[in-house]
Amino acid sequence: MTAATDFIAFDKVCKSFGDNRVLDDLSFSVANGERVTLIGPSGSGKTTILRILMTLLRPDDGTVTVGEDYLFHEKQSDALAPASDAHIRRVRSKITMVFQQFNLFPNMKVLRNITEAPMLVHGKSKDEAVARARELLELVGLTGKEDAYPSQLSGGQQQRVAIARALAVSPDVLLLDEVTSALDPEIAAEVLDLLRDIAKTSDVTMLCVTHAMKFAKDVSHRVLMFNEGKIVEDGSPEQIFNDPQHDRTKTFLRSVIDET
Amino acid sequence: MDWNWSVVGDFMPKLGEGLLTALQATVLGFLVALVLGLVFTLLRRSRFVWIRAPFAFIIEFIRSTPLLVQLFFLFYVLPEIGITLSPLTAGVIGLGLHYATYVSEVYRAGIDAVPPGQWEAATALNLPKGRTWTSVILPQAIPRSIPALTNYLIALFKDVPQLVAITVAEPFFQARELSAQTFRTFEAITMAGLAYLVTAFVLSYFGRLVERRYGKVY
Repeated sequence: MTAATDFIAFDKVCKSFGDNRVLDDLSFSVANGERVTLIGPSGSGKTTILRILMTLLRPDDGTVTVGEDYLFHEKQSDALAPASDAHIRRVRSKITMVFQQFNLFPNMKVLRNITEAPMLVHGKSKDEAVARARELLELVGLTGKEDAYPSQLSGGQQQRVAIARALAVSPDVLLLDEVTSALDPEIAAEVLDLLRDIAKTSDVTMLCVTHAMKFAKDVSHRVLMFNEGKIVEDGSPEQIFNDPQHDRTKTFLRSVIDET
Repeated sequence: MDWNWSVVGDFMPKLGEGLLTALQATVLGFLVALVLGLVFTLLRRSRFVWIRAPFAFIIEFIRSTPLLVQLFFLFYVLPEIGITLSPLTAGVIGLGLHYATYVSEVYRAGIDAVPPGQWEAATALNLPKGRTWTSVILPQAIPRSIPALTNYLIALFKDVPQLVAITVAEPFFQARELSAQTFRTFEAITMAGLAYLVTAFVLSYFGRLVERRYGKVY
């Protein structure tokens, strides 16, 4: 199995959509508290990894572990059996995700968007949840927006609320799926600054899919370069960005830099 | 053909009574349809095929048989197996059951229109399944369904005259009594028709108010 320091581990994970093999026998691991950025061309499987970790997708084959637990399996005597819903819910409670399209609940005011999960899933009292939500709104710079509906906020503000909502469940693992791709460049930069601050002041394990290379360089401990469902290069941001070894990484980085 | 106002005047109390009965059948029948329709929708989405399949069949069965036949069955056939229903109760159950199958389709469309990202966000926050339905999905699906639901409310109301067949004393039942006693069929049927027309207008106005007040998710 995996080394003791590994917190998240993919072991020989395969995932196909129809004939399209998105993850091909993929194995990698992430240590507790590590911040990892997944880069690579679109369709290379980065987002699929986050979606599998969030249990929005199930792998066709292979295992995923989070901490001591298998995410999709349960140990029964010595064999692995498919996990029950209760098991998945328990393991999943350590993980949360921020989405490209924010996905706030439009029928709830900002405050309730943030307090819903802490109260329902994590058994916080209303006072506790509201106090924490107000702290988080202050952190993301949206004090005073408690009673707004998401539709009354700009895209950047909605994404800040989504970040507050994710932090409110005190996750061990935070998944960021192209969180600034739907935002204007200027607004995106502000949201990235916020995430940079959060990364630097917390020990949450972060897996991040982004096209913002400067952000990747600033916050991550490690960068994984994907191509066609495989990791082609795995290194520190300095090494990957300044001295890429693999040809695919070199052409990818060149195209991204040309773009910006 | 002459129009006799004094017959009309004498008919008013009975017509009013009939209209109240019709409204009772409408409101109760629609409530049954709203609740049962939701139950149908959710059962049809069950992940267990042994729940899903029989309900898909039951819904299709109810939708494909005429309301009148269902009413006869409830009122005249059920007593033979020892279940006797009052006319109004049979009418409410018949209308409710029949319209539940239509209402269920409306809810289904409303639920399908909720973006997948909402389910995904609920998963990311680990909200329990039941709570995802009650606090995320349905509060978005139902407001979208309101315009179609108010249409079915009016359609149901206009099906109430079929309850004559099981002796519910709605306006046309009253009109037939009147014409049998006075032979003033023209006045009787016209007044009963007008009672339905005016009430349908009021209901559709009321429907638009509800749409305006509750029809948006935000």
